[in-house]
Amino acid sequence: MEQKNAVFIDGQPVELNGEKNILELARKIGVDIPTFCYHSELSLYGACRMCVVEVEGRGIMASCSTPPAPGMKILTNSPRVQRVRRTVLELLLANHDRECTTCDKNGRCKLQELANRFGVKRIRFGERDVKLPLDNSSRSLVRDPNKCILCGDCVRMCAEVQGIGVLDFAGRGSNTVVTPAFHKKLAEVDCVNCGQCSAVCPTGAIVVKDETDRAWAAIHNPAKMVVAQVAPAVRVALGEEFGLPAGQIVTGKVVAALKRLGFDKVFDTSIAADLTVIEETHEFIKRLQKGEKLPQFTSCCPAWVKYAEHNGVDYLKNLSSCRSPQQMFGSLVKKYWAKEIGKKPEDIFVISIMPCTAKKYEAALPQFTTDGVPDVDLVLTTQELARMIREAGLVFDQLDVESFDTPFGFTTGAGVIFGTTGGVAEAVLRAASEFVTGQPLEQINFEAVRGFEHRKEATVEIAGQPVKVAVVHGLANAKALLEDLKEGKADYQIVEVMACPGGCIGGAGQPISPTMETKKERAKGIYNADKLSQLRKAQDNPVVAKFYDQWLTEPNSAAAHEALHTTYSNRGRIDGEDIELLTSKQPDRVDIAVCVGTCCYLKGSYDTLQKLMRLAAEADVKDRINLHATFCLEQCEQGPVIKVDDEIIDGVTPDKVEQVFAEKIRTKLG
Amino acid sequence: MNKEQLEQRRDQWRQGFAREKARILVCAGTGCVANGSLAVYEALKREVEARGEFITVDLLLESKETGVAVVKSGCHGFCEMGPLVRLEPSGILYTKVKVEDAPEIVEALLNGGKPVERLLYHHPLTGEVYAAEHQIPFYHHQQRTTLANCGRIDPEDIREYIANGGYAALAKVLTGMTPEAVCREVIASGLRGRGGGGFPTGKKWELTRIEKGPKKYVVCNGDEGDPGAFMDRSLMEGDPHRVLEGMIIAGYAIGADEGYIYVRAEYPLAVKRLKKAIAEAKEYGLLGQNILGTGFNFDLKIKEGAGAFVCGEETALLASIEGKRGMPSPKPPFPAQHGLWGKPTLINNVETYGNIAQIINKGADWFSGIGTPSNTGTKTFALTGQVANTGLIEVPLGTTLRQVVFEIGGGIRGGKKFKAVQIGGPSGGCLTEEHLDLPLDFDSLKAAGAMIGSGGLVVMDEGTCMVEVARFFMNFTQNESCGKCVPCREGTKRMLEILQRAVNGEGRPEDVETLQELAEAVRDGSLCGLGKTAPNPVLTMLKYFKDEYIAHVVEKRCPAGVCSALKGYQIDPEKCKGCSKCARLCPVQAISGELKKPYQIDQTKCIKCGACVKNCPFKAIKEG
Repeated sequence: MEQKNAVFIDGQPVELNGEKNILELARKIGVDIPTFCYHSELSLYGACRMCVVEVEGRGIMASCSTPPAPGMKILTNSPRVQRVRRTVLELLLANHDRECTTCDKNGRCKLQELANRFGVKRIRFGERDVKLPLDNSSRSLVRDPNKCILCGDCVRMCAEVQGIGVLDFAGRGSNTVVTPAFHKKLAEVDCVNCGQCSAVCPTGAIVVKDETDRAWAAIHNPAKMVVAQVAPAVRVALGEEFGLPAGQIVTGKVVAALKRLGFDKVFDTSIAADLTVIEETHEFIKRLQKGEKLPQFTSCCPAWVKYAEHNGVDYLKNLSSCRSPQQMFGSLVKKYWAKEIGKKPEDIFVISIMPCTAKKYEAALPQFTTDGVPDVDLVLTTQELARMIREAGLVFDQLDVESFDTPFGFTTGAGVIFGTTGGVAEAVLRAASEFVTGQPLEQINFEAVRGFEHRKEATVEIAGQPVKVAVVHGLANAKALLEDLKEGKADYQIVEVMACPGGCIGGAGQPISPTMETKKERAKGIYNADKLSQLRKAQDNPVVAKFYDQWLTEPNSAAAHEALHTTYSNRGRIDGEDIELLTSKQPDRVDIAVCVGTCCYLKGSYDTLQKLMRLAAEADVKDRINLHATFCLEQCEQGPVIKVDDEIIDGVTPDKVEQVFAEKIRTKLG
Repeated sequence: MNKEQLEQRRDQWRQGFAREKARILVCAGTGCVANGSLAVYEALKREVEARGEFITVDLLLESKETGVAVVKSGCHGFCEMGPLVRLEPSGILYTKVKVEDAPEIVEALLNGGKPVERLLYHHPLTGEVYAAEHQIPFYHHQQRTTLANCGRIDPEDIREYIANGGYAALAKVLTGMTPEAVCREVIASGLRGRGGGGFPTGKKWELTRIEKGPKKYVVCNGDEGDPGAFMDRSLMEGDPHRVLEGMIIAGYAIGADEGYIYVRAEYPLAVKRLKKAIAEAKEYGLLGQNILGTGFNFDLKIKEGAGAFVCGEETALLASIEGKRGMPSPKPPFPAQHGLWGKPTLINNVETYGNIAQIINKGADWFSGIGTPSNTGTKTFALTGQVANTGLIEVPLGTTLRQVVFEIGGGIRGGKKFKAVQIGGPSGGCLTEEHLDLPLDFDSLKAAGAMIGSGGLVVMDEGTCMVEVARFFMNFTQNESCGKCVPCREGTKRMLEILQRAVNGEGRPEDVETLQELAEAVRDGSLCGLGKTAPNPVLTMLKYFKDEYIAHVVEKRCPAGVCSALKGYQIDPEKCKGCSKCARLCPVQAISGELKKPYQIDQTKCIKCGACVKNCPFKAIKEG
């Protein structure tokens, strides 16, 4: 071995091959250096100090941030190294809520694993001295700051990979906490529920909300017919929870397991994906022909939709109006199939098995509830299903495979590839040219949109017309794409966005896996499933065709719109609750909201508010005014901002209140 | 303005200042201002005006007239004796001057009378009176080169700086030296970073110079946060152009066209004077576009810090300038490669930049002739604590602690015994009597477990509890920890808990070992300098004063009698006559004994109310 280009790890010469840090080099030769905060896809943070090694002549160094240099003599397990690591663990445990047995992460917790590995048997530094409240506000996630070890993985994941930055550090020293801005709750900020924070959290500080109890309750309720729909990405990942390799297709075992758990019917979300392809492609062709609302963005991913509702408002009209496959499925089951089998919608309990945490949020949206009955009653993640299988004592590996039930069990490869990044785009491309030309498409594999590159681009001819396609996964990549569009640096006709890196197979509801390799294996599994399908184009699905015949007439028809499409709204950046000051229920009332957000407040909005109250009293119209203090109307530069009915009026400084009151409010009151 | 014009102006102004009949310099450093020096300035000015002798600097420089100039200067360093008034050319220093002293001072100055004796410095131990500033032991043993202008010139008037040789080094560099040559000169001088670490400055410059441009930055670290340290503050307030000149030269040397001065917002006077200095330097073409007509461009901005100690750490400081949370990041990459906004960045401390102009002017050989071979030049220290003379001092590196404490500092106050020096602030350690002959330099101090740090020097006498001192500094670092890495965030908290227990009398025997182990792990494991050095006060306490710590933890006793929870009262059997008065007065019946024999106090019952001590007719009861 060329010694000049080698380092010595624990006395053993190791050749350098461009490794960027000692940690990766050591792992290559089989030394598993422990770490909490090092993730190859996130920026370097260097805070947990578990990865320290001793470098001769330089002392203790963090291996994650130290590049190996030729000739370095590195000890990975010296007494000093051991002492630092054990002390770090002991210090973390001292400040950690150590109720391990009842923790969601019990058995999967990195802190627990390392404490065990390093034999930490005593904690000399007492207990955690403050008990912070849980944040249970999110539909998808639960945050327990008492279990947070401040490794910052969630902070960097949200900011760097998802481009949002919902979480950050506040306070300093031992008072440091990870929190949304102003200590707001997750549900009050622009969190999109993608759950990637929980996927990287080494402890139980951010976990997916466990709703298995509600599933058991429905199963055990004889009055309910419990129906499962299984998303494509689940079938290539659930096996991992039971020791099977990533990417192994376990569709039949999933069906069998659900049946054994007590589900009455087990269906495949992929059929709704086929339906999505048909609806979305028709919508796209229409836009293409009219040249409007382009590029068309996909809308299957609820985290992306919510992201757009907060941060991409200018492009909301570009989103396909199609509901996600999950919601199309729920809608069809409750609106049509229920009737067909003679059940009331409320007697059918639809449980989705999803790789996704945001689906929990999506299912609870008011637009997906009809007459008080939700289209999808409950969403369980792959992780939660695994828990139920374990609780029921089913030996997953030994289950005999079973098939999906009819009618929602017949699927094509197009619906299955929805589970990975590029899948929706590919499925649409498989359909688009056939819809336009009526000619069958021969070459149906669109390799250019496959793979894990941040942004994949392709130009495809549809009936002689070039169509530019882009596929992004990870919201930071979506953000960059939106910026490019805005600045005119990019031009596409159709864009697929999936919030999670890798698409749904990398969803936060999937079995926890730290590496991109696992995700790639899952993607391979998805494409294998596609290859094995007899039918690979959504438009060839005979059952979907039957749905149109029986229920929906034709794609994009009024009936299809009613059942399969939706609308979006501008959610602003922060969802704060208004403070009611004057309440009026009179029909001829005027609604006034005064922004008391930071900017407006500093510009005097509090005085504006008081003056309005006084003017209302003087004019004796208090009973006809609905006056609210609101958080942010997002016109910060022009503050103080007030909203009178639907009109936003800016620059309402205290000295202008009288004029505004006379012109905009008095006139309305007659 | 080009080099020739600069020199012409310098001559013109120098001649103008030479016409002064006398100069009254009133210290307008933060300490003296707080003590009312601005009112003293007004009073002195009024007195001189009333006698028709006052002349403004403008008139002095622009006409042939003469008179007495009354000038607000920067910090003289002897802050404890402020407000300070210095007279030139006599060099007389008046201390603790009040408004009502003004007529007498002016009278004595103008009429050739004897100096006002009561305002002169009286040595607190010997009582000796000193008239001239340079004779006062506090100044006599110093070598003020970096601080040469501090207290001598008006920091808000660039003309004074230029008349005293200012910007000559910049002109020399821009017109006659290559960037490589500048770096070589700084390397040859042996100058080491004055911010604490002592990294060779020239090497840092060279490392930044060889990085690819075009965009690079020069940053000045003025985030002086050590409790009791005010070296950088005094320099920025008292001679801001010297810092600017060093930075502009640095910009030329490394190939940067933009710089930032990061100053704590708690230093408003420094911010104000730096702003003024930047504006004036721009006005004279010494900063901005085409400096001195040479085509070199360099601009400076001030960034005010929000008062986090950790922002003195260079990577945290850069993050703070970028508007991010002030948290350090791992090195490498070093700022020289990947600094401000990812660009190569040179970051030096205020005092380091303050040394540059004189190195260029007088040469590397002159500079390396001061101090010791590997620790060249002078260093400023903030001398505080239980010494007779406290203030800002400048001495050659290698000066012994004994010289600083006993010659400049004038020894321990109140005739008490010297116990220790805390050097380098919360990142430093304490040194004891055995280190008094230790030369003050980067390497010797590091070897002894302390560090120069930015230069805080707190002298402690026998009445100081070293455990309490360690607790105090640990409280500081744990409050100032940014919370990023585990050892610092959690470790300092737990170390503080252990120390707090000790001073509260709740120490556990096993704490001794736990504290030592924890301190070492925090030192080894922390991410940045703050955490790595945070255990220093504890480690040196455990090294040099372990007995004192054990006394707290095991015997529940504070040998210095400082920790109130551990205070106890003892009856001296020699003095006790057994009168029983104390036993009768004790509200909790803690004292017992036989008449006419020495009494005893039951420490478990004693509530330390002090009634016995106060009332003992024989003074037989003592705290301890």
